[in-house]
Amino acid sequence: MELERTNDSFLTTRVDQIIGWARKNSLWPMPMGISCCAIEMMAFAGPRFDVARFGSEAFRFSPRQSDLMIVAGTVTYKMSHVVRKIYDQMPDPKWVIAMGACTSSGGMYRSYSVVQGIDLFLPVDVYVSGCPPRPDNLLKALMEVQKKIARGEKPGQSDKVFIGETAEHA
Amino acid sequence: MKDLLLQKLRAQFPAAVELDSEFRGELTIVIRKADILPVCRFLQSDPDLAFDSVRDICGADYQRSDDRFEVIYNIYSLKNNFRLRLKVRVGENDLHVSSVSGVWKGADWLERETYDMYGILFDDHPDLRRIYLPEEFEYYPLRKDFPLMGIPGSLPLPRK
Repeated sequence: MELERTNDSFLTTRVDQIIGWARKNSLWPMPMGISCCAIEMMAFAGPRFDVARFGSEAFRFSPRQSDLMIVAGTVTYKMSHVVRKIYDQMPDPKWVIAMGACTSSGGMYRSYSVVQGIDLFLPVDVYVSGCPPRPDNLLKALMEVQKKIARGEKPGQSDKVFIGETAEHA
Repeated sequence: MKDLLLQKLRAQFPAAVELDSEFRGELTIVIRKADILPVCRFLQSDPDLAFDSVRDICGADYQRSDDRFEVIYNIYSLKNNFRLRLKVRVGENDLHVSSVSGVWKGADWLERETYDMYGILFDDHPDLRRIYLPEEFEYYPLRKDFPLMGIPGSLPLPRK
């Protein structure tokens, strides 16, 4: 955020930027915990990794109150319609983290029933590798989303970010 | 227990037992398809055998020219602590098997799963619909001629 410091007891900035600053430090996640990655997502919210340090401790189980969807688990074709519907119910601007191998690419489920990556039907902002990823990697993904917001980028349109080993192969 | 079971079964249904075999202490009996319902009803209601629980029903595709499929029933008698496996061979031209959901209520969803994966039709089943796959799906994915990655476009994705 660009701040202009004066000798008086106030500072000046742009409205976009102060709103962006507020948004990035208060991302409310929609926990789309479909399978085992959700356990690590819970650890990420719990006291040891403590996502409250980044202002995202308020997990909402209503899409209407959240602006960050963490898709944590294997998405089947049957489930994909539910995921998309929940995404559509979230208010703009909304961000998506694809957590783990299954969500990002189908993972070990090379099968007729599993969607081979949620980016086939959702705009993904940050991918996290791992099976499951460690909570630290998910924290890194959250920080990447925060950076995107701080830079004033639009969800789903900026460059994809890959966390973990995928980065070297991307 | 095994001898008693086979003896009783043969006495009651002289033609129903096509084959019996034992492997590592597990008894498997192949039953003639037409007899599966009366055999199951007998095994369940006989006071000595008392097979009161159905543990699993599944299918198998052996890609044989005759009797391509099998339906496999794993049943259990709590009273005797005894497990029994029944098999029924089903040909590709006649996929009908009598439902045993009237004998064991728990067979309902297990038969639906078998129908969903292999397309075996259970006659007199109370609600024979797909259980895992979407209603409008046209294929039976655990058949051997179904490709691993499925048929493109057969399962719709939401619009991006």
